[in-house]
Amino acid sequence: MDTVSENQSAQADALAQQGDDIPLKVKLKRAERMKQFKAMALIAPLFLFTLCVFAIPIGLMLWRSIDNPEVVDYMPDTAIELENWSGEGLPGATLTNVFAKDLAAVYKMKKVSSVGKRLNYDVSGMRSLISRTARKFNRHLPENATIDDFIKADSRWEDQRYWKALKRASGSLTPFYLLTAFDKQINDQDQIVDVPENQAIYVNIFWRTMWIAGVVTLATVLIAFPIAYLLANASSKVSNLLMFCVLLPFWTSLLVRTSAWVVLLQKNGVINSSLEALGLINEPITLLFARPAVYIGFLHLLLPFVILPLFSVMKSISPAYMRAAVSLGAHPAVAFVRVYLPQTLPGIGAGGILAFILAIGYYITPALIGGPQDQMLSYFIAHHANSSLNWGLASALGLVLLAATLVLFTIYNRLTGASGVKMG
Amino acid sequence: MTAQHTDPLVRFVDVQKTYDGEHLVVKKLNLDVEKGEFLTLLGPSGSGKSTCLMMLAGFETPTHGDILLQGQAINNVPPHKRDIGVVFQNYALFPHMTVAENVAFPLTVRKVNQTDAKQQAIRALEMVQLGEFADRRPGQLSGGQQQRVALARSLVFEPQLVLMDEPLGALDKKLREQMQIEIKHIHENLGVTMVFVTHDQDEALTMSDRVAVFNDGIIQQIAPPAELYEKPANSFVANFIGETNMLFGEITQTQGAECDVMLSNGTSIKSQNIAGASVGAKTGVSIRPERVQLSDTMPDAANAFEATVVETIYHGNHVRVALDVVGQTDFRAMVRSGNIHADLNPGHKLYVGFSQNDCRALDPMAT
Ligand SMILES: Nc1ncnc2c1ncn2[C@@H]1O[C@H](COP(=O)(O)OP(=O)(O)O)[C@@H](O)[C@H]1O
Ligand SMILES: [Mg+2]
Repeated sequence: MDTVSENQSAQADALAQQGDDIPLKVKLKRAERMKQFKAMALIAPLFLFTLCVFAIPIGLMLWRSIDNPEVVDYMPDTAIELENWSGEGLPGATLTNVFAKDLAAVYKMKKVSSVGKRLNYDVSGMRSLISRTARKFNRHLPENATIDDFIKADSRWEDQRYWKALKRASGSLTPFYLLTAFDKQINDQDQIVDVPENQAIYVNIFWRTMWIAGVVTLATVLIAFPIAYLLANASSKVSNLLMFCVLLPFWTSLLVRTSAWVVLLQKNGVINSSLEALGLINEPITLLFARPAVYIGFLHLLLPFVILPLFSVMKSISPAYMRAAVSLGAHPAVAFVRVYLPQTLPGIGAGGILAFILAIGYYITPALIGGPQDQMLSYFIAHHANSSLNWGLASALGLVLLAATLVLFTIYNRLTGASGVKMG
Repeated sequence: MTAQHTDPLVRFVDVQKTYDGEHLVVKKLNLDVEKGEFLTLLGPSGSGKSTCLMMLAGFETPTHGDILLQGQAINNVPPHKRDIGVVFQNYALFPHMTVAENVAFPLTVRKVNQTDAKQQAIRALEMVQLGEFADRRPGQLSGGQQQRVALARSLVFEPQLVLMDEPLGALDKKLREQMQIEIKHIHENLGVTMVFVTHDQDEALTMSDRVAVFNDGIIQQIAPPAELYEKPANSFVANFIGETNMLFGEITQTQGAECDVMLSNGTSIKSQNIAGASVGAKTGVSIRPERVQLSDTMPDAANAFEATVVETIYHGNHVRVALDVVGQTDFRAMVRSGNIHADLNPGHKLYVGFSQNDCRALDPMAT
């Protein structure tokens, strides 16, 4: 009996000593490694999925905001010579010679339009200049073409600004689209300057976007709050019915819902005629294709997205808190502000940020029921991506919107991060 | 002054309460809470204890009757003006405030200035030994610590009355016992009136000056703990407080406050006639297990019978014995470990005895 237990304790000692060689931290790490590996294996599919369908496409799209392949790809020799050209006066014989050959070659490849289109973004009229010159050089390519040959083909080549534009477009990367998104351009003196007043639109539209989204978010939160409160505190019969009403919009298409507002808001629509019947207005007010319609449409669209997170937060706030506050001597209104409201902040934050992000991204609502002065940045992104096919600019505007969203999100995170500690 | 002194602090007068208009949760409550006393409402879950407390705090309104606070009807006084501290079952500490802010809350809503409020809050926290936790969030405290914060918060504004609704229900046994003593000490030191709700009889007996036993929306008995245990007024109380043997039978003879009861197996028991029932009435006789003597010889007691041991369970400082006697197969006796004078192995025959004083003929129990 004794010897057995002695043996056992000796073994235990040996084991303990063996273990003592390895620091506790290392042992812990080893023990945790398998766990971490399993965890990573479990999230790997999601990670890959996100990478393939989200991160990579967005990255590629954003890349287009600085990507500048047209001149480099189709006229590589010209691109090199443009780099070498000082940019003073008109270009020399080496450049004109190479450029003329490249133009003729591009014409044969049928890529003139894509090069012309790119250059036309910078200086209008350049599309026709390029295509005309290329056509002529294709028909007859002069030996060692000089600047005179170009001027003969089209007298505009006399003007240095076309050559400067060409040089600006010769790099494989360009700040052009991003500058355009901020209403800036590089002039012929290579300085960053504001674009002419009549072309400066995007900064204005950016602030308009932020303003509309901000107003809509605020209004949505204000209206969603009492609804969510009712949902969370009413008897289950009432709250079920209410929840059904809140979710009802999800059962109809966004287009149908938005178009319905056209019917309601038009000059002779339901709203105007009821207001007139009530004697509140004398003549129909302009609602449709104007800012009020945009606000109303967005409000309707976004309400459920704010109500639901608010509801879930409010549902988890025990009524005992309000009772406790009141029993401690706080007037119900004071108790609401000091005890209830702070606890709903995570819901207000989550719902608000969701509404804001959705608002700056939905271009359909303002497009359908707003006027020209109510279009938001996302409308122009869609326009450049779908209609004008200026993907570089679409992507640059997208980058601006993404950056704005990220900034907001960071601020939100800071705020709730601080209150998250508060929440304990 | 003297008249006020004898006035109760709180008086429930014929209070009734129904939530659904059909079923009375509180049937007809008449209850006085004396100034400075520790009164416990004890009863099974659903017996209407919380409802009474919430009516007193002002969160529920009585369907009928009046609640008087210092002689004034408070039916129409909103809860925030009643100056009654309430400790809720799950503490209801505000999660977005620090411990100190929580405790200072009742002061700040009373417009006490920030520094004074902070000082008083710290003092209140020190009273419950939590001075150094002032800057933590409630979520960072253990259950027992949260309980103390809730207690400090309900006391810091010096209310005349503190209500507690099962405040210790979420704590483990050891912590609960410690908190019971602590709350009792605070009560003694501050002299504040406390109304405490629990379904735990031990808690009620150890802490209270008086205990009101609730069942079915009715107070079954209200008495100091010892009286409640030793002299239960009815079979519900006898069964609910502690353990008891109930022997059912019919009264065959009465003599002053005493009576003879004939059990269904024909045995006759000499008992106190608590219910004051007359001959022929059905009754249940209650005998506490620790009042039953066991011995190998016929004991010299008013009631003495031969019994067989069915089961013996050892509990350290005492032994519980189940006996086959007087027509019962589960007649309980409890013997202190140092007091065993008989062989308690199952199947062994011995004698049980209990005095007439320890037999209480009560109502025959509804169930
Ligand atoms: N707010 C309420 N609405 C409806 N019924 C309630 C409400 N509160 C309590 N009750 C009912 O009243 C009865 C007594 O409840 P309660 O006072 O909480 O008992 P206890 O605190 O003794 O467990 C229970 O049957 C309970 O279902
Ligand atoms: Mg209760």
